[in-house]
Amino acid sequence: MPSDALLRVDGLSTSYGPVEVMHNVSLEIQEGELVAIVGANGAGKTTLLRTISGLHRCHSGKISFAGSDITNSAAHTIVRSGICHVPEGRQVFAPLSVDDNLRLGAYTLRKDSEWVESEMARIYELFPILKEKWQLESGNLSGGQQQMLAIGRALLGHPKLLLLDEPSMGLAPLLVEEIFRIVQELNSKGVTILLVEQNARMALAVADRGYVLETGQIITSAPANELLNDEAVRKAYLGY
Amino acid sequence: MFDQILQFLITGMTTGAIYALVALGFTIIYNASDVVNFAQGEFVMMGAMSTIFLAAGDNGLPIPLAAATSVVLVICVGILLQRFAIAPARGASVVTTIIITIGASIFLRGVALVIWGKDIQAMAHFSGEIPIHIGNATLLPQNLWVMGGTALMVLGVHYFFHHTMQGKAILACSYNRDAANLMGINVGLMMLVAYGLSALLGAMAGILVTPISFTSYDAGVMLGLKGFSAAILGGMGNPMGAVVGGLLLGLIESLAAGLISSGYKDAIGFIILLLVLFIRPSGLMGRRSSDRV
Ligand SMILES: Nc1ncnc2c1ncn2[C@@H]1O[C@H](COP(=O)(O)OP(=O)(O)O)[C@@H](O)[C@H]1O
Ligand SMILES: [Mg+2]
Repeated sequence: MPSDALLRVDGLSTSYGPVEVMHNVSLEIQEGELVAIVGANGAGKTTLLRTISGLHRCHSGKISFAGSDITNSAAHTIVRSGICHVPEGRQVFAPLSVDDNLRLGAYTLRKDSEWVESEMARIYELFPILKEKWQLESGNLSGGQQQMLAIGRALLGHPKLLLLDEPSMGLAPLLVEEIFRIVQELNSKGVTILLVEQNARMALAVADRGYVLETGQIITSAPANELLNDEAVRKAYLGY
Repeated sequence: MFDQILQFLITGMTTGAIYALVALGFTIIYNASDVVNFAQGEFVMMGAMSTIFLAAGDNGLPIPLAAATSVVLVICVGILLQRFAIAPARGASVVTTIIITIGASIFLRGVALVIWGKDIQAMAHFSGEIPIHIGNATLLPQNLWVMGGTALMVLGVHYFFHHTMQGKAILACSYNRDAANLMGINVGLMMLVAYGLSALLGAMAGILVTPISFTSYDAGVMLGLKGFSAAILGGMGNPMGAVVGGLLLGLIESLAAGLISSGYKDAIGFIILLLVLFIRPSGLMGRRSSDRV
């Protein structure tokens, strides 16, 4: 394995109270990649992302990012090193306006107002619907719009690595496609992405590589198109 | 009769302004951390007491300097309260945190008793005691200090939460702690800021009103309860509700004391509290999630 991976997770195990839910998980992501982790509900996908971004502590294992050890660092410092996390269920600040939500995304970079303004403009260009609704309470947006807001908010943190937790969850099929198109577009513009999805087919269709997570363990990893054609994966996760 | 009512209104607005500041302090802490801080009244008492003692004697500090020093001291108390009493109990039930803050209030009162004794203390008026006449009603310059100071602080709090990223970051913590953390906001630090801000409001309230109302080591008990009633009256969690609730409670008390009997003054506040809890628990300006601070 090349040692210059952007993110390297090594033998990670985490628990909720006495119950260990992730066992010895290892993975790595190269700069510029779009990597998908697929797995059923309860497999541990959210826990893995929350551990990487520092919201949840691990009891063994190591996470390094861009060459430095970030294992069990505080979440608010991990963001500063360039990992931005779009959490499951969007988690927008519902009573705050769309504009305020986006600006909070740039909280760590707020001193550089020139950068913030140009990045705000760029995000509004990427998501015109957000520009239209910039003054609205974000809690009043539709699910798809909230997802766009959550992604935009994370982009304002200037990510070197974007973590996406089930961005298609609860969205109508057309919107799901729209979201995956955006994910792909972001990646083609150079954002490294770790995408976690129950929607394995769509995720693997856009990803370069994929991991399959089952009850807290990585059971397979391969280029995405190989996983799409893998008999076992197809049976278990693609339903055909 | 009109002059008399005007007089009651002046008194009511002054007391009400103080209740409003205490209620606003309750609201800020409640919104940031879901804690009902029953030590809020002690912030008021300590602000007044330490100002009086720092300014006392021949070598005492001039009042503005004594006041500024006290405010800083009380802010430190607020921060310590959060750090060592509230933060360790994170995730505990509301009842547990209420017991903690009541315990803290008893402790602070005890400390005040030991340091400053039992006596009722007076503070010099900021700009003399020559009354200003409005018709037959009178107003002391200190009444204007209280109302003006309160107005400035309420505007300042509004500005902080609606027009600064720091203020919005505190709001973000109260709406969604994890998401705020993911934005790079140091949630623990923001909690300290919220408690410090509440302590500042309390201390300022104490310093402004004590020339009129005097203070003693246990003055915070009543003020805390009145401020709490005002916050409930306005709708717990709604900062503008807290301000309106405080002013309204002050006015009602003053009118009731003047027109009915001054013996009922304190009872009125609690009767209102009970009525609100029975009839409209969400308060006058019931909490819309968007209005949290
Ligand atoms: N807060 C929690 N407390 C206890 N157990 C949890 C908690 N969150 C998740 N789990 C458990 O951890 C496992 C992994 O959950 P999760 O990471 O949410 O999976 P996924 O995102 O793949 O659906 C599940 O068995 C779930 O029941
Ligand atoms: Mg999940």
